[in-house]
This record gives sequence, C-alpha cells and structure tokens, in this order.
Amino acid sequence: MNFLNYLPLAMVVFPVLACLAIALGAPVRKTALATVVLNLALVLVVACFIPHTQGYHFVTSFPCISLPNFFEINLTLGVDGLSLAMILLTAVVSVAAVAVSPLNVRREAEFYICVLLISCGAMGAFLSLDLFFLYVFHEVALIPTFLLIGIWGGQDRKFAATQMTIYLAAGSLILLVGILGFYFALPEGARSMDLRVIHEILSSGRIPVVMQNIIYPLLIMGFGILISLFPFHHWAPAGYAAAPAPAAMLHAGVLKKFGLYGLLRLVVPYLPEGAQTFGNILLILLLVNILYIGLVTVAQKELNLMLGFSSVMHMGYIFLGLASGTPIGLTGAVILMVSHGLSAALLFGLASVIREKTGTTLLKDMGGLAIKAPMLAFLFITGALASMGTPGLGNFAGEVLIFFGAWKVHPWTTFFAIWGIVISAVYYLRAVRSIFFGELKTYPTEVKDFKGLAETWPYVLLVGMLVAIGIYPAWLIKWIEPSINLITNL
Amino acid sequence: MNWIVLLPPLIAAVLITLVLHPYKKISVFTSILACTISLGGALALFFSSSNEGLSSFVWAAVPGLKITIGAMGDHLAVLMLLVVTGVGLLIHIFSYGYMEQDPSLSRFYAKLSLFMFSMLGIVLADNLVMMFIFWELVGLSSYLLIGFWFQKPSAAEAAKKAFIVNRIGDFGFLLGILGTWAIFGSIHFTELKEIVATSGVPAGFSSGIVALVAFGLFMGCMGKSAQVPLHVWLPDAMEGPTPVSALIHAATMVAAGVYMLCRVFFILELSVSALDVIMWIGAITSIFAALIALQQNDIKRILAYSTLSQLGYMVMAVGIGATTEAMFHLTTHAFFKALLFLAAGSVIHGLHHEQDIWKMGNLKKYMPVTFWTFLIGTAALTGFPFLSGFFSKESILFAAYHQNIVVFSIGIFTALLTAFYMTRLVVVAFFGKERTHEVHHAHESPLVMTVPLIVLAILSLFGGVIGIDHYIGEHKVAHEAGGFYFVMGLSITCFLAGTAGALFIYLKAKAEPFSLPLLRDKFYSDEIYEACLVKPQQVLAKALSWFDYWVVGGVFVRLTSISAAGAGEILRLLQGGSLQAYVVMFILGVALLCYWFLVRVAL
Repeated sequence: MNFLNYLPLAMVVFPVLACLAIALGAPVRKTALATVVLNLALVLVVACFIPHTQGYHFVTSFPCISLPNFFEINLTLGVDGLSLAMILLTAVVSVAAVAVSPLNVRREAEFYICVLLISCGAMGAFLSLDLFFLYVFHEVALIPTFLLIGIWGGQDRKFAATQMTIYLAAGSLILLVGILGFYFALPEGARSMDLRVIHEILSSGRIPVVMQNIIYPLLIMGFGILISLFPFHHWAPAGYAAAPAPAAMLHAGVLKKFGLYGLLRLVVPYLPEGAQTFGNILLILLLVNILYIGLVTVAQKELNLMLGFSSVMHMGYIFLGLASGTPIGLTGAVILMVSHGLSAALLFGLASVIREKTGTTLLKDMGGLAIKAPMLAFLFITGALASMGTPGLGNFAGEVLIFFGAWKVHPWTTFFAIWGIVISAVYYLRAVRSIFFGELKTYPTEVKDFKGLAETWPYVLLVGMLVAIGIYPAWLIKWIEPSINLITNL
Repeated sequence: MNWIVLLPPLIAAVLITLVLHPYKKISVFTSILACTISLGGALALFFSSSNEGLSSFVWAAVPGLKITIGAMGDHLAVLMLLVVTGVGLLIHIFSYGYMEQDPSLSRFYAKLSLFMFSMLGIVLADNLVMMFIFWELVGLSSYLLIGFWFQKPSAAEAAKKAFIVNRIGDFGFLLGILGTWAIFGSIHFTELKEIVATSGVPAGFSSGIVALVAFGLFMGCMGKSAQVPLHVWLPDAMEGPTPVSALIHAATMVAAGVYMLCRVFFILELSVSALDVIMWIGAITSIFAALIALQQNDIKRILAYSTLSQLGYMVMAVGIGATTEAMFHLTTHAFFKALLFLAAGSVIHGLHHEQDIWKMGNLKKYMPVTFWTFLIGTAALTGFPFLSGFFSKESILFAAYHQNIVVFSIGIFTALLTAFYMTRLVVVAFFGKERTHEVHHAHESPLVMTVPLIVLAILSLFGGVIGIDHYIGEHKVAHEAGGFYFVMGLSITCFLAGTAGALFIYLKAKAEPFSLPLLRDKFYSDEIYEACLVKPQQVLAKALSWFDYWVVGGVFVRLTSISAAGAGEILRLLQGGSLQAYVVMFILGVALLCYWFLVRVAL
C-alpha cells in the first residue's frame, strides 16, 4: 500500500502544521488535541499494516545535503517494530499530555506550540533512519522542554531549567562527538548516516576495537546524561518537579527514552567490544542508579521530587536489560521503556492534579484524599503499583524479562538489582499512605474528585495501555522481536 | 475448564469496580455468584479425570523463555481449589451479614473477588512465573483488604507493612525462580519434575548453589506464610475486616506458602540442608507464636498468633518431608481456623466492635450458636481426640517423631501451649460473669452469618476422617512404624494438660493473673525491626539524599557552570569587537574545517 509510506512523514509534519495553524490563530486547544489524536490514529494504522519481518518498512527518503564521496544527509523516515513501540508510546503520551494541559494558561498558543513541538521532535527521532536527523529531532524536542519549564514552571523554575539545559546540552554535545566518531569509524568510502547502510556494513565487518573503546564511553556518557544515568542524574528530579505537567509527562515519559533508544540502535549492536572493556563500570553505575537513587528516593519529602528520583531509579533496570545483551533482556528493556513511559506520564500528570487540589507538594501535609477523591486515588495507586512492578501492569512484564535476561550473564548485578523491588515498594507505598490514606487533612479549598470520564479519560488511556501490556505482553513482544533479532544475530 | 474456575472472580471484580459499585446488593450478588461458579468449576475438576480440558495461552515468549498462563489439574491443586472456593464461598456469604452496614460494601466485594482470582491463580499455576504473578497479586489484594478502612491510620500502616514484608519474601522467591531456571532450564513444573527425575542436578552446580536456590524459593513462603523472622506483618494484618482475616490471613493466602513448598518439593528435596532450614524455621515459628499467644488479650490477635503457630507446623512438616501431612493439616486448619475467625467476627459484631476478651465474659448465654461453633473450632484446633485437627496434627507429630526428636518435642510442647491459650480464650470470653455492662446487650448474629459457621463446624468435626490425606498421597511414615500409640497418647495427654491448666487458672480469674512482658510484647519483634532495619535504613536514606544533593549535585552543577563560565571568558577575550578579527577568525575556522575534512578524505 503506497499511502502507508507517507504516514511516518505525516506524523512529523502534522504537528508542525498544527503549530503554524495555531500561530495563525486557529483555536489552540482543539487544534492541538485533534493533531495528537490524529497522530495516534496514524500510529494505529501503521501498527495494523506493518509486516512482522526484519528491517524497516514504509521508508521514504528526501535528500537534504549531499557532498559526493564525503557527506550525505537524507531525511529518511521509516518504521520497524522497535520504533513502532516507541511512536505508540509517543502518540499515547502526547494525547494525554495535551489533554491535561491547563485550559486557561498564560500565553496559551505558545504553551501548546511547545507541547506539540516536543511531540513532533520525539516522533521524528524515533522515526529517523538517518543519524543526523535522529540527533536533530531530539534537539528540536529539547528546546521547547526548556522553555516550558523556564516560562510556565513551578517552584525554582529558573534554576531547574538552567540546570537541565546545562546538563542536557553537555550531554548532547558529547553525544554529537560520539556520533561523529561512530561515523568516521565506519570503513572509508562506505560511510553513511543511514541506519540500514550502517547495519549492512557492520554485519560483514566490525568497528576496530580501538575505535570502539573511544566511541563507547562517549556514547554511553552522552546518552547516559540524557537518560539520567548516575552521576549525571541531577537535572532530572529538580527539572520534573518544576516542570508543568505536560512537559514532565512528555520528557520523563517519552524524550528520556530517546537515550535508551539510541543505545539500542547504536551501542548494543555495534560496539560489543567497547561494552566488554567498560561493561563493569556500566554495571556498577546502573546498580548505583537502582540502589543508591532508590534510597535517595525514600528520603524525599516532596511528591514531585520523589517521582523524579523514582523515574531516575527505574532507568537502572532498563540499563540492566541493555547490558545483558540477551534477547530476553533486550525485549524486557523495550517493554519497560514503553511501560515506564506510560506510568511516569500517568504519575506526573496526577501529581500536578494533587498539587492543585491540596495546594502543597509536601507529603506530610497531605492525607486522606481517598475519602474525597476515590477516582484520583484509584488512578494514582494504579500508577504507583505499575511503577512498583505489580503484575497485570506493563512494568512487571518488562522487569521480569530483564531479570531473566540478565540473570545468566550478570548474576550478581541482577541479585542486587532485584532488591530494588523492595525499595520501590517502600517509597511508593509510603507516598500512597501519606497522600490518600489516614484522616482527611484540611486543605485551602475543598477537595473534589474528577467529574467522571470527561476529566479522567487521558489517565484512563494511559492505564488502559499499561493493562494491555501487563496482561498480555505477547503482542508487544511480537512487534519488537524482529528488531531484537536483528541486534542479537549480528 | 480451568478458566471457569479462574475467571469469574476477575470478571466480578472488574464489573463491580467499573459499573456495579453504586448498586450494593447487585455487587454482593455478583461476587458471590462468581465464587459459586468457581466452586462449581473446582468440583467439576474434582470429578473429571485429571488434566482433561485444561488449556493455556502464551503470556510472553522470547527465544529461551516461554511463560504461559495455564493450569495444573493434579490432586494437590484440586484439593486446594476446593478449600479456597469452598471456604471462600462461606466467607463471602458471612461477609454480607458482617459488612452490611459499611458504606463501601461494593468496594469490599470487588476486592474480595480480586483476591479469589489471585489465589486461584496461585493454585492453578503450572509454572513458577505464573505462580509469581499471582503471588504478587495476592499480596496486592491482601494489601487492599487490610487497608480496607484506610481512614484508620493503624489499618493504613498495617497494609503497608504487610506489602513490604511480603516483598522481602518475594525478593528471595524471584531469585529462587531465576536460580531454578538457570540450573534446570525450565520454569514449568511438569518439565522440571521430569528433568529432576531423569538427570538430577546438572554437573557444574554445587550443592551449595542448589541449597541457596531452594532457600530462595522458601523465602517466598516465609513472606506469605509469615514464618519467623518475616512474621511481623500477620498480627498487624488483623486491622482488616474480620472476614478478611478468616479468608486471607487464616485459611487460604497464608497457606499459599505451604502449598507452594509442596508444589516445588521435588526441588527442595535435592538439598538436605535446605530442608533442615525449613524444618527448623517451621518449628521455631510454631513455638514462638504459641508462646506469644499466651499473653494476648485481643481475640483476633490470639487467633492470629495461633495461625502463625499452625503455619509453623505445616512448614515444619514440609521440612521433614511430610508434604501429605502438611497439606492435610492445611486443609483441616482452613476449616477450623476460618470457623474460629468467623465466630470471633460474630462476637465482635454482636459486641459492636469490642475485641478485648477481658471485656467479654458469659457470651455463651447471649450467643449460643456462636459459642458452640467456636467451641467446636477450638476443640478441633487443640487436638480434641478424633476431630479434624487431631488427625492432621497427629500425622505431623508422628512424622516428626521418626525424623528428629528435638523437633518432635517442640511440636508436642506447642500442642500443649495451643490447648492452654485456646482454652483461656474460650473460658475468659464465653464463660464466667459478664465483665462489662455492654455484654448484656450482646446479640446473636443473623442467619446469614450463623449458617456458614455451622457448615464450617461440621467440616471441622469430620474433616479428619473423610480421606483428605489419602486423596493427596502417601503418608511419610506408615502407621505400622513404631511409636504410633505412644505419640497419640502423648498428644492426648498434652491436650488434657493444657486444657485443664487453663481451666484451673482462668475459670475464676477476674483479670490476667500473670504478667509476662516478654511474651505480651511479642519478644519485641517490632522494636527489633524498628531498631535494626527501619531506623538504619531511614538514616542511610537521609545521608545519601544529603550526599546526592550537596556533593553529587553540587559538584557537578558547579563544575559545569564554572567550565561554562570559563568558556564564556575565553570567548569574551576573543571577541574584541573589531570586524576584522571576526573575519580572520571565520576564515581560520573554515580553513581548519577544510583541512580536517580533506585530510580525513585523503586518508
């Protein structure tokens, strides 16, 4: 089917067109919502028609810069199972994020344009088959994130936005050097930015070990900063705590996964020797991410900071899956990427609702909300349970597969990592206990629950996805299996 | 066929939560109906030949690992299904009487159905991961039900504690599952059994590793079945509604640990040292909890410690290798302990939520049905000759007698203590004079509550002689082996001594005549936990948080901002403001780039 080939392009172009329309005076919220819903529909169409075979489908390519024999950049978009999983995540979280965006916000048009641009950048990054655009689209998404935090953010927004900008800009720079290094490490004359060509080249030959040992740390550090790998995690909790809900949802839920996606596309398949050289360092760092950050999370007194640290902690599990390099572990990592994105978006979205209703972010000032707001409690507890890895919700499926995948390769790391399931139970249950249970505290205004589906549907959408993955992960595994095979059969 | 057992409670839970919750009676009816259908399915499995009509689906399959949601149809599973659905149905019905006035009745039944679904999943599980999935779900539903009255701070805390302590057990369980998979290459029980039977432990795995794996699996049991030192959550779990205590924290969920041990016994068996650990932890739990029960005054807490003690018996039996005996005792215990809890619930209901036995007295006059059924439950628990508990306990003690004389002595002494504290409870609560004025207003519970009591009382009376043990398998030690009558005589003596002692001391007592703070304060387990685990972890978390904020965050942020400022300084020096300088620099830059590219291309 020919028109399918244009769907990836459409997913990137529609948000841009919507931004233009909004700038020209179209009704802001309606346009934005229509666009992200349309994008979700397009993703579902792709999901229906994508063949479960290896390689990229529905590829379109537009030449951009061409220096013969030297440098060639094309805007090449296409989908394989892995990117399908990621764009589904992007589309769903985008819908939820736009839907929960505030109704009467200062500079409404600019706000929604920023949200749409993040969505567009994330879509583009996950759809690009060209390294250059993969990188550029991510940058496109980062800038509006900074703006959303810096302009529309909450407490300490200036500091949070500045810190985040410094970290992520540094990360992006290191990443750029790493990607260029990768490019120049490809054999002369066959160099390409195209992921398909790269795969073909590297199926027959390998990147020299010396080069791998230089590129690997650069890419791990570059992507690692974007993923909030210890010790580069500090931007995340403060950033998310200050961010307006849609920005936190889109960044913690979707954009952060870009780093992991990059690792899956470049580092895991093509730099195995580099991984061998530096593997132990990564294992230690990811354990620090799980255990140390886990304990730091336990000590948090503010809901938003706690959620931010928790989201940092769970990156450790995904790293563990990637570090295992086994089909089981990689599959688990992808499932957890998607599920964590959904649950993080759910929790960050609801946290801002809680903040609005209680007028505080301090856990100790909350209490008894479940009496007045049972629907809110139900949704938040579901999100917390998902994040804790309770069966029936997607995160569990990811974590279990990661543990199985990593167990035979890195038994000790896995052993300690599994202790993390106790730590996350401690802080989530404590949060649930202090927000929702106990006696009702007095709040500045009377607490009211959601008014039915009209208000809850964005969250219900996220929960529905988590349940769909949780009770039957096989459908998602079927999507990503060919992509994982491509990586592990190299 | 297995779906008819498993799915109805799930459907009921979802329907009630999403649609039916505004309609209380319909919600209750849906939940009870679902439980009845499950019971019907279980009966159908009982009467059909095994494994016929069981089906499964693939939950997740990746090269090297296939996780299915399927079912086992062996006698072990079918017996457990009957216990769970049968006792479950009675408690569903009882709960309607007990909880009728509660404004959140629908929510209660939704959670009860969720629990039934999870519990049936554990029982049906045909592989370790499926078991773990439902294992965690049972923990979740237990959390939700303990915290049912979440406005009460004590209930909210108890729920949290139960979940976290269970998670510690699950940590070990998951490691045990992974270890089993790494050693034998499978997670499916039938496959594993075949592998173990044909080739044993593969070369390359030392006995130490096998013991660790077995211990990991046992840790799951320690959490769910509340074995020392992971027992601390169960007494607090009594904060939940009493029918929940009866169903989850006495009859079914806490027994899931024992069921799981019987399921994986062929793996535990590979390590003698693991079995020894299991036996000793069971024995220690049984006597430890029985001692604490001597000095408790809350009717539900006494029963809770009694449950701990009996679970210790079952675990000890597994450690001895007597799985048939363990399952036998699990079944009879489910009858009489559910009965005792429900009868206690009836008392609490009749006394408007009074739980202190020293504020009761002479209840036999006001609540005759409750009294008689409670008495039957007590008789069955304490080993009154020829009631259900007598036979099952007897079989465990007999097996212990042939295995380890110290463990046997602990078991016998625990039996004596059991007779003592249960008689104390009955005497203080049901006999003597009314201790408070409120007792005069006590009333017998309605039929919806007393009929389940009567049914359970009948099961407690005759559960020992209907051949439950023969349905599961062979006894570990045949009756013909020596000492059968010696053990029986000894345990009857213990029963008589314990009962007589308590009668002598408490029949006339106005208040507790002994004060043993060590026992009353539960050997300070909560305080020890607080001092050794909770506090240090809080301190560590705070210290790490400080470190993260000031050192990791501080240093990196400062370093990057200093370097950014430094770069700015350098750029400022270069930017003299003259146009020529810019042009020169631009050309220089372009030249550098060209040189770089050309050299790279030429190379």
